[in-house]
Amino acid sequence: MKSDMLKPVLLLGPLVLFLGLAYLVPFLGVMQWSVTLPEPGLGQYGRAVSDPLIQSVFFRTFRICLIVTVSAVAAAYAIAYVWVRGTPMQRLVTELCILIPFWISVLTRAFGWVALLSNRGLINTWLQSAGIISEPLTMVRNEFGVVLGMMHFLIPFAVFPIASAMRSLDERVFLAARGMGASRLRIFWSIFVPMTMPGILGAGLMVFVFALGFFITPAILGGGRSVMIAELIYLRIFQSPDWGLGAAVSVILMVFVALLLVLMLRFVRPNKMLG
Amino acid sequence: MKPTPIAVILAFAVALFLLLPLIAVVPVSFTPARFLSMPAGVWSLRHYQALIDNPAWLQSIWLSLRIGILSSVIATLLALAFSLGIWMFRPWFGSILFGFVLLPMVAPPVVSAITLYFFLTTLSKVNDIVAYDTWIGVAIAHAVMIAPFAVVMVTVALAQVDRRIDLAARGFGATVSQRIFKVILPNIKFGVLTAFFLSFVLSWEEIGVTLFITSVDAVTLPRMMWMGLRDNIDPAIAAISVILIGIVIAVILVKTAVTFKLSRKT
Repeated sequence: MKSDMLKPVLLLGPLVLFLGLAYLVPFLGVMQWSVTLPEPGLGQYGRAVSDPLIQSVFFRTFRICLIVTVSAVAAAYAIAYVWVRGTPMQRLVTELCILIPFWISVLTRAFGWVALLSNRGLINTWLQSAGIISEPLTMVRNEFGVVLGMMHFLIPFAVFPIASAMRSLDERVFLAARGMGASRLRIFWSIFVPMTMPGILGAGLMVFVFALGFFITPAILGGGRSVMIAELIYLRIFQSPDWGLGAAVSVILMVFVALLLVLMLRFVRPNKMLG
Repeated sequence: MKPTPIAVILAFAVALFLLLPLIAVVPVSFTPARFLSMPAGVWSLRHYQALIDNPAWLQSIWLSLRIGILSSVIATLLALAFSLGIWMFRPWFGSILFGFVLLPMVAPPVVSAITLYFFLTTLSKVNDIVAYDTWIGVAIAHAVMIAPFAVVMVTVALAQVDRRIDLAARGFGATVSQRIFKVILPNIKFGVLTAFFLSFVLSWEEIGVTLFITSVDAVTLPRMMWMGLRDNIDPAIAAISVILIGIVIAVILVKTAVTFKLSRKT
């Protein structure tokens, strides 16, 4: 009897113990920071919601995340459609274009946008040598660059749940609609899109959750001008030692993401997320 | 219902958007100038030379390799044991445990970063091996971050295993360790290898958490790139990026070619 209990514990125990000690307990420590630094109380949470500077960071984060989510999901839908339903050649090309960026690190990809958009980058050099513009266009170190860079990072993630929803459709539904005289456009908007809606919503929520915690891309492409929540936390910990506030904002972010995840689980089963 | 030409054009526009920044890195890496720019006429290899000449780059690559291997070994072993435990014993609290071990994957990276910063700075007070800004400390922190991904990969592999072969082994009186080593592991070895490989890649390119838990000693390759990216952009970043992109493209092309060949055979 005793050894029956022992074996599951030996298998399950190590990882649970490891994450308990190295993740759960320290997270409780961060929560403790948020209510004890610099003095005990909920003062840091009060500041996090009332300080106009921090409020503006929250609003900017939401605005950018909404723009990025809508555009990344739309773009992912377009490429997923051809990836799932195209000719074998089209499928191969789109698959490579989805997988290659997916496996390249966030730093390299953000740097790619700098190389493309900066004053001496590819686009400005071409436009100037073609005589279309005389002064370089400012496309990085502002929100425009941040939005493009985040979209680029998130599109491949959005493709997988959408493609999985598209693959699960029954072809006979379209044949039936066609047989009853529906146009291709009508089939697409009245049948195909509604039937893939769970995938769209799941992808949208996932992208939004990812975008909320984004740090590297905004820090590189925003150049300190469009600070988002995650970068704010970094700055509060390392530049203006204000650990209590950084911890409080982290806890708020964590709670918010947890709520969104609960919402997300209502639209997509977790196994669908993996494609 | 084949895609219309408009759908194909839209999809290829997105594909181009995805590839464009990766392409833009290539010419920039050959600039003869000290600053980020397009080579005007003259192409130079000086920034590739700089990667070899500056020992800091090689040191950071070596450090990232060590951290990647140690953290993915830890994460894969822990995840393998955990997933086996869930699959073999199916405890009633399994889904709660499963949700718990996925936490570092679903939490915003910055929250994990501040959490692991707390963890390692606290440990620094009592030892200097598993501590802030040490390579073992970084490897442990990476293991926390990548273990959930390894759990997912191993669980996906286990889901393909026919439970009846395990039941048969059990019926013939196999012990738990015989079932694991003689029956289950041979059936999921590719899944375990994939989990290890994915874990290594995730550690190799990890930057969000690494930024919080290192300063001057444990400078991993991504951290080194980050330092060159923040202020005056060093074109050596372009050179190392071209190499990293080249490796990814080569691996994916080989993998695609192999799957293509296998699918033609069957």
